[in-house]
Amino acid sequence: MSELLTASTTATAAAPAGSAPGRLRGVLGSDLLWSFRHSPVAIVAAIVALTVILSAALAPWIAPHDPFDLASLSLLDASNPPAWIEGGSWSYPLGTDNQGRDVLSAILYGARLSLVVGVSAVVFAVLLGVTLGLIAGWRGGIVETIIMRIADVQLSFPAILIALLIDGVARSLLPREVQAEITLYVLIGAIALSAWVQYARTVRGSTLVERNKEYIQAARVIGVHPVKIVIGHLLPNVLGPVLVIATINLALAVLTEATLSFLGVGLPPTQPSLGTLIRVGNDYLLSGDWWISIFPGSVLALLILSVNLLGDWLRDALNPKLR
Amino acid sequence: MIGFIIRRLFQAVLVMLIVALIAFALFNFVGDPINNMVGQDTSLADRERLRQELGLNDSFIVRFARFVGHAAQGEFGLSYQQARPVGQIILEKMPATLELSFAAAILALSLGVPMGIYTGLRRNSWGAQLLLGISLIGVSLPTFLIGILLILIFAVWLGWLPSFGRGAVVHFGWWSSGLFTVEGWRAIILPSVTLALFQMTLIMRLVRAEMIEVLRTDYIKFARARGLTNRAVNFGHALKNTLVPVITITGLQLGSIIAFAIITETVFQWPGMGLMFIQAVTFADIPVMAAYLVLVGFFFVVINLVVDLLYYVVDPRLRIERERAAGV
Repeated sequence: MSELLTASTTATAAAPAGSAPGRLRGVLGSDLLWSFRHSPVAIVAAIVALTVILSAALAPWIAPHDPFDLASLSLLDASNPPAWIEGGSWSYPLGTDNQGRDVLSAILYGARLSLVVGVSAVVFAVLLGVTLGLIAGWRGGIVETIIMRIADVQLSFPAILIALLIDGVARSLLPREVQAEITLYVLIGAIALSAWVQYARTVRGSTLVERNKEYIQAARVIGVHPVKIVIGHLLPNVLGPVLVIATINLALAVLTEATLSFLGVGLPPTQPSLGTLIRVGNDYLLSGDWWISIFPGSVLALLILSVNLLGDWLRDALNPKLR
Repeated sequence: MIGFIIRRLFQAVLVMLIVALIAFALFNFVGDPINNMVGQDTSLADRERLRQELGLNDSFIVRFARFVGHAAQGEFGLSYQQARPVGQIILEKMPATLELSFAAAILALSLGVPMGIYTGLRRNSWGAQLLLGISLIGVSLPTFLIGILLILIFAVWLGWLPSFGRGAVVHFGWWSSGLFTVEGWRAIILPSVTLALFQMTLIMRLVRAEMIEVLRTDYIKFARARGLTNRAVNFGHALKNTLVPVITITGLQLGSIIAFAIITETVFQWPGMGLMFIQAVTFADIPVMAAYLVLVGFFFVVINLVVDLLYYVVDPRLRIERERAAGV
């Protein structure tokens, strides 16, 4: 969804790549903090994002009910509206779903799963993209051509479509019995494979610039092992823009997961993420039980919006052209 | 120019072959096609004979060539789920998706461009700030959530518009159209708005950024110095030069509208190809998945190709640069 945001990031984020080594550390120490303190949008976004992330992480301790404990569910409490509406009660602040499950608790646990999938997918995509980008930029030749051609082809299709296809193919390849257990990993893999291209392209671009600089040539001349040059000298200097893209892509990964789960090809109702909750709630929308889908939807939107804003701020703050 | 076209055509064919290869691999490695056709009590000899008859023992290259040949004629075999030719199913579903996509594209363009011009010209007015703020939310709100909200407001609470389906359709040969009945028009409003909203914000932000950039250039200053009216400067000089990237992005977005139609069609139970594809994924209906993959791949390749060529035609600077590069 936020392809525009991420696309423009790649362009601008590539700018600080040519910065001097060790620059990132200095920025993290002073400038970045200063810029953060002077950006009200970034502060509000950070507070919202942290609130959602913390409450998701602490779900087992702060959730009023355990949505997975079937014994505690009672159909007498099913489809309760939120507390402030006629017929609601404060023991279920955001109401209950059709099975008497507390919506607030379900959201807390759901956000946890959404974030786990999103973060893992981004980490996996960064690892894959950076590795391939380094190889392409460092080795050049036919290896580079193959990697970058694949990236070009993949980039001409929307990421959501790629994730959907990989997910769909993996599902039909795997036997039904094991599907429930590994859906989570399939999902992470599908999202990661749909997102690695950006990192690979950015890292390849910076590698092409960096590898001709004196410090790399000096390392070569004194006979440092190539693998050590790439990991020890090159990698730290191409990682800056990657961090910016990763922040914005976290929002994209959470969104992709939610979309796949909403379409019914992501996490199953037994392991509900925010997207699954919205999908389940959608079935009860027409009967007027709006809170089952709208509350998880609002949390999802808040999370994505705040992470997007943080990513935008980080991009501008790290971009020397804007200072 | 000719060399450029040939190179792009070659690249397009290559991409299509890769897509076809993935689709073909789906057929071959996901389950045994023979098992899907025969009963439990078929003997091994019979299976082998069937295998031979269907040409499944031929070499990989021969089978792939045959697959490409059939795919080019729109033959993808029978759907596992519906036991009907896949080509026929797709032909039935395509009009719904295309009508929805074009409605969304027209909506996005006809609202996005004026909004972009307005926010670009009156950068500091509160109206522009408001539109920009809303567009940020539009970019962050997932498509399916927008759909759900619209259903909740306009179908459940207000009861003005239907929440699912296409309404009544009129058939013209194989094409079924919902645009000739009142019901059909009412049914297409919510899905097309949902699908258009994201593209609209994208186009608006793009036009705004381009307008601001162009308005800073010297020739605009010169045009103003010549005493031309604001209208002539803004629309005759500035807008004209923002259109190249807008055409490119809009063209490319047409492809992603078709992809995002999957989500919109699921929310609104719109009987198009996207809904068909999601059902195929859920039921592991390989022939339908493969056919959709090839078809969408084809759409994308054609759109990318046309946009690339259009870009080349529209922007004379590109041509000159290339010629100069070739000359030196």
